[in-house]
Amino acid sequence: MDAADKAFALLLSSRRLWRRLVQSARLCCGVPDYDNYVRHLKEEHPERPVPDYATFFRERQDARYRGCSGTRCC
Amino acid sequence: MKGGVVKLAWAVLALVGAVCFATLALRRGESVNALWIVTAAVAIYLVAFRFYGRFIAGKVLELDANRATPAFLHNDGLDYVPTNRHVLFGHHFAAIAGAGPLVGPVLAAQMGYLPGTLWLIVGVVLAGAVQDFMVLVISSRRDGRSLGDLVREEMGQAPGTIALVGAFLIMIIILAVLAMIVVKALAESPWGMFTVIATIPIAIFMGIYMRLIRPGKIAEISVAGFILLLIAIWFGGEVAAHPTWGPAFTFSASQITWMLVGYGFVAAALPVWLLLAPRDYLSTFLKIGTIFALAIGILIVMPELRMPALTRFTDGSGPVWKGSMFPFLFITIACGAVSGFHALISSGTTPKLLANEKDALYIGYGGMLMESFVAIMAMVAASIIDPGIYFAMNSPAAIIGTDAATVAATVSSWGFVVTPDMLTATAAEIGENSILSRAGGAPTLAVGIAQILHSVLPGEGMMAFWYHFAILFEALFILTAVDAGTRAGRFMLQDLLGNFLPSLRRTEAWGPNLIATAGCVGLWGWFLYQGVTDPLGGINMLWPLFGIANQMLAGIALMLCTVVLFKMKRDRYAWVSIVPAVWLLICTTAAGWMKLFDPNPAVGFVAQANRYRQAISREELIPPSIDPAAMQQVMISNYVNAVLTAVFMFVVFAVLLYSIKAIVKARSVRDRTDRETAYVALRPQEVSG
Repeated sequence: MDAADKAFALLLSSRRLWRRLVQSARLCCGVPDYDNYVRHLKEEHPERPVPDYATFFRERQDARYRGCSGTRCC
Repeated sequence: MKGGVVKLAWAVLALVGAVCFATLALRRGESVNALWIVTAAVAIYLVAFRFYGRFIAGKVLELDANRATPAFLHNDGLDYVPTNRHVLFGHHFAAIAGAGPLVGPVLAAQMGYLPGTLWLIVGVVLAGAVQDFMVLVISSRRDGRSLGDLVREEMGQAPGTIALVGAFLIMIIILAVLAMIVVKALAESPWGMFTVIATIPIAIFMGIYMRLIRPGKIAEISVAGFILLLIAIWFGGEVAAHPTWGPAFTFSASQITWMLVGYGFVAAALPVWLLLAPRDYLSTFLKIGTIFALAIGILIVMPELRMPALTRFTDGSGPVWKGSMFPFLFITIACGAVSGFHALISSGTTPKLLANEKDALYIGYGGMLMESFVAIMAMVAASIIDPGIYFAMNSPAAIIGTDAATVAATVSSWGFVVTPDMLTATAAEIGENSILSRAGGAPTLAVGIAQILHSVLPGEGMMAFWYHFAILFEALFILTAVDAGTRAGRFMLQDLLGNFLPSLRRTEAWGPNLIATAGCVGLWGWFLYQGVTDPLGGINMLWPLFGIANQMLAGIALMLCTVVLFKMKRDRYAWVSIVPAVWLLICTTAAGWMKLFDPNPAVGFVAQANRYRQAISREELIPPSIDPAAMQQVMISNYVNAVLTAVFMFVVFAVLLYSIKAIVKARSVRDRTDRETAYVALRPQEVSG
């Protein structure tokens, strides 16, 4: 592996790390991964419309505090 | 060869833990560095995770990497999503970490750092982490159902309902205790009050931005919100020093109580995106960030512990809270060692996101170890403060007096030498008028955190900044919990009342909504008010109730685990959950019994109520009550608390009886009778490493 390959691999892994961090931070706020949801919709329910991120975010934000799911620890 | 090296490394780690422990336990009369506690804890956590955790995963629960989790069975891209285990760990930890692990150890420090530290470490390994982990697995094998549903399914309808009522009462007590911590921290503190009020417009600005301007851009607006918070803290100092604005933001404890009750009612009616959600995001990030900063700070500063390993208050005569080491230490520590509340999270969102059953060890057991580590840091923060200042801050005015000279004399007479100058100088250093009798744990913790952060990032007058940063960090997530808890409590109440009056179940209608919200706020508001006006400082009254309730819920969760193990025909391993369940039952019943019937009015609710009743009939005043009406109120509060304690004990014993019944029945049949969902194998490409 030469230097360029190494740099590329590093870039890839750091991008993956960043993506994971963003994913974690969003999940802590009750917002699941949007890309994953879109992929899920396309694969499993191609007939349904795909919401844009803003709509998805609003729907998730409301859902988080509905019912007892807003419960968290002392 | 490699296996041998690994084994040797684990043996060395275990030895390190043991040596650190021995150092902590045996060194007396000379100061001990905080790193000994931290190292002992981390070494033991790692060994426990590697050996006990894996034992439970492999032998007791027989986790199967090929078994499909609810995330695969019901994948909807939203609530059920196979999630990377590190991402899920972050989510789970953020959901379980709260004020409990921070405040409990601070209060427990009155007996010295050793008893609390020992229970934090032993308790988490044998009870807390076991509970979180086992409930997570049990729920994951039942489509991610909630604790109440699990109890109902495995034990029957009646214990399920009883457990739900118990959970609702616990919720009310938690909200009241949390709100009281905020009230105690903000009373007579214009700086703290200003910054906390400032979070409301900041959060609303963030909410509007995220909803309307750039929807869903959490990161950028959270950074902006954080910067605005820092500006608010700095500006709060200016406000507090101002001749007109300073007094304008100075409120007494009972004024803040009424403001909080009003706030709780209004906030529960606002749309979530406007105030609750943005502040929730901010407080989550601030919480994680501060915990990391504190860990790094302790490693850099390596502070000496100034609190003795054991104080004279191990006999139960302590000023912060009354009661002997057994059972009250185990009740006081609460969340950092074992917390029943976590069973609600482990049977809530987390099991629906589990990508593989085997991840449950890391997330359930590991997540709780991390929580215990946070509690260890809180213990360190409380123990690096001068013990004299610790006791001046945490003892009620009825015991130590109200002016610096009297307080210094009283606390010094206990053997913790402190001068009036030290007390006033500390208050000036953190930008407050007084540090006397600021019970509740938050201000003490804030002083400890401020000392650590200030040593890392020194600067003229920065100690006051860090103190108010720490207060704000606690107030922010406590207010979020109060807000979200009121909403959740409202739904629980509507659900419970709906059993009797079905029309109340309509969560979208205004009428039932208002009734349930008012009911919920009224309930926690009442306990909050009695705590704030309690002559013995409130914490002495409410914290044990909270501890008993929380440990009791953990007992219920562990009894559920035991029943499930017997139903699975894993009898020979049932001791894994029986041992902690029995210990928690002994602690909660002993504590409940003493809280009810102890003849010492400072411990027993009934004795205290009777003392006030007799004084009222003799027309005597017990200071600091100023009129008979106030005394009447103390008396009623104590009777109510006694009834509540009795209800908690009834709940525990009812669930215990149903558990024994279920176990006897399970043992009488030859086959498995548990309600696990049918086994579905993962496809090979779905099995994560």
